[in-house]
Amino acid sequence: MSDRRGRSTSLTARGEPFQWLLGGALGLALAMIVGLLMLVLWQGSNAFWPRPLELIELRDGTRLLGIEVRREPMPGGEGMRRLLRVGNFDLYGEDFRWIAEEAIASTRFPADAWMVERMEWGPFIGFLIGLERDGTLAETDGDALAEAHREARRRLREIRRIERSEIGAINHELERLRLALRRSELRHGVDSLAHRAEEARIASESARLEERFAEWLRKAKALRESDSRERVVLADVVGRRISLPLSQVVRFVRPNDLSLAGKLEVYLDRWWEFLSADPREANSEGGVFPAIFGTAVMTILLAVLVAPFGVVTALYLREYARQGRMVSLVRISVNNLAGVPSIVYGVFGLGFFAYLVGGTIDAWFFPERLPSPTFGSGGLLWASLTLALLTVPVVIVATEEALAAVPRSMREGSLACGASKWQTIRNIVLPRAMPGILTGLILAMARGAGEVAPLMLVGVVKLAPELPIDGNFPYLHLDRSFMHLGFHIFDLGFQSRNSEAAKPMVFVTALLLLAFVFAINLVAILVRARMKRRFAGSRF
Amino acid sequence: MNALASNASVSTAYHPRQGGHGQVLRIENFSLWYGSQQALYEVSLDIERGLVTALIGPSGCGKSTLLRSLNRMNDLVDGVRTSGRILFDGRDIHAPGTDVIELRKRMGMVFQKPNPFPMSIFDNVCYALRVDGVRKRAVLEEVVEKSLRAAALWDEVKDRLEDNALALSGGQQQRLCIARAIANEPEVLLMDEPCSALDPIATAKIEELIDRLAGRFTIVIVTHNMQQAARVSHNTAFMYLGRLIEYGDTETVFTVPRVEQTQEYITGRFG
Repeated sequence: MSDRRGRSTSLTARGEPFQWLLGGALGLALAMIVGLLMLVLWQGSNAFWPRPLELIELRDGTRLLGIEVRREPMPGGEGMRRLLRVGNFDLYGEDFRWIAEEAIASTRFPADAWMVERMEWGPFIGFLIGLERDGTLAETDGDALAEAHREARRRLREIRRIERSEIGAINHELERLRLALRRSELRHGVDSLAHRAEEARIASESARLEERFAEWLRKAKALRESDSRERVVLADVVGRRISLPLSQVVRFVRPNDLSLAGKLEVYLDRWWEFLSADPREANSEGGVFPAIFGTAVMTILLAVLVAPFGVVTALYLREYARQGRMVSLVRISVNNLAGVPSIVYGVFGLGFFAYLVGGTIDAWFFPERLPSPTFGSGGLLWASLTLALLTVPVVIVATEEALAAVPRSMREGSLACGASKWQTIRNIVLPRAMPGILTGLILAMARGAGEVAPLMLVGVVKLAPELPIDGNFPYLHLDRSFMHLGFHIFDLGFQSRNSEAAKPMVFVTALLLLAFVFAINLVAILVRARMKRRFAGSRF
Repeated sequence: MNALASNASVSTAYHPRQGGHGQVLRIENFSLWYGSQQALYEVSLDIERGLVTALIGPSGCGKSTLLRSLNRMNDLVDGVRTSGRILFDGRDIHAPGTDVIELRKRMGMVFQKPNPFPMSIFDNVCYALRVDGVRKRAVLEEVVEKSLRAAALWDEVKDRLEDNALALSGGQQQRLCIARAIANEPEVLLMDEPCSALDPIATAKIEELIDRLAGRFTIVIVTHNMQQAARVSHNTAFMYLGRLIEYGDTETVFTVPRVEQTQEYITGRFG
């Protein structure tokens, strides 16, 4: 007896190793999550910071100017090598150069080196020669350049406005007329009198439109011509000159000469461009505004579609259906739906919604547009519906749980007052369950917003020519394909011509998508906390 | 005692006090099963109009079940079966075609735990009227004031009628529930251990209130507190293991009960 008392409890009996194991597993999981977040956050927030331009002279006399992207050991050899972004794709046919460090003779950071971000061909890295107006070259300084550049950009915006709004609207009208003609042909027959009359009316109207079209086109052309007469002349590190219209330059940066405030200005300006502008250069530069817009519209539409579906289903299952084998079966099926791979939903959405339902809609309501599909191919509506289907289990489960959590005493109190079952549900149960329902709904939105695979099949495209909402009737274009942040990441990272150049954009876009989903979740938490407070005095 | 363990029916000792206004509820040979479990055995009982009737007995004796049968709240439980009749103003409440909602409108109910709805005090009190379709603000205001006054809560809440009812204390919440139950002028007020979740002071207030409401309403109260039954009721029904053992005027039941089991229970020898 005394013998046993003297011995301490064995380690396994106390369970400490298991505690270490559990703690270790948690630590590992946390480290991975934090690591991922830090990587995206660091790379994403770093991408737009102006980096110094390095002039490297090699032992063989070659001169290179560019940004050091990374440094790594030579593959299979000794020493290190550097990846230099040299830009000037139009001159060199490549954006990046590997340099062995042992080949480097000297490096320096020239203060007058420019990084010129262009609308096409990616950045130009070199030196500024001057401005060329109507064929005469003149030297220029920073302020005069900035002034002229602002003016040129303003001109470009005007040209864009004409091309998009004015000419776009006329195009829209012409298309409408073409469809009206086709409709009348389908309705009355080609040879009928009614069709002839309609044809004549439409022909005169289109002629009028064509005239206006030509006029705007002339105006735009004249503007473009005058715009292209003001050019900026640049030279690369070995003195090869190029000239391009000043308006084609997005931004002039002299990174080696910038103060911290100046760098910050460039940084914020690039962020603003990223958030507000259209993409260019196969999405690897410019902004992601259409993708943000598409993601937001799709997510809202998804919520609008999934809320009634999910809540009504859960209400019936929980409040009205007889709890038996059938209901259990339905519940199990709903839970299983949540585990179906999302690409399967994509295939279903394409086959059922787009081809079958959409094809039928086209045949009935838009026969004049055939053979080009209206609803018969992927689009905003079908993408939202597919995602609604994908996320409906989340809403059903959350709603059922919220309904089950409403105390029995509340229902009994209401029924004892002479309220019917429906009145009890509407006045007592639903308001009380609302925080849970809303939380489920917002979580479904977060899930849907981050989904990519099914969207690739049902309406998301690499580059959408038009936003899903615009000024043309019916304003919200449910049939249009759209851009999406998640797909944008995939496209940038794996589909782009120049994946190394697109890399920073991948991280920034990932950061943006994370922020988007995080914001939705934050709203969910706030809504829940706010509504919980309303029931804070509750004793149940 | 042992006879009760089997399914044998027992003869009830009846000596209730008459209210002079007849019976509002007649319970005739009422039995109830939860699935295969029988909870009530051939209970027969008349509730006198305008009096307070207390149902007492040890836990699980079926007193709450009996009370909840009166406004058919047991309908909500799956697998409930009944036999026998309950007549409310002479009409069988289980008869086909009975409007349960109408029935419940004529019988207010107060529960064991205060269960105000998570809405304003005002909305709580006029809930029954609102679901009944009353929309006129003036009518609602009048009813709210009258009910809160009747429930002795008006002076405490008249300045904060729009506040959330859940901010009230437990005792106030229970009086609010009483106000809610009487807002629609029911004929019968069913109370299921209304004081069991309250402190002694709040309990005293509710008992006082029951005294004041007696006469205006017929009150049926379930309680496990025998002093309370003795204080507030005119008639007392003692139940045990699903049977009604004794039903008589309160004074007699508590001083010279006719049945030995009643005597044992109220003197605290079991239960």
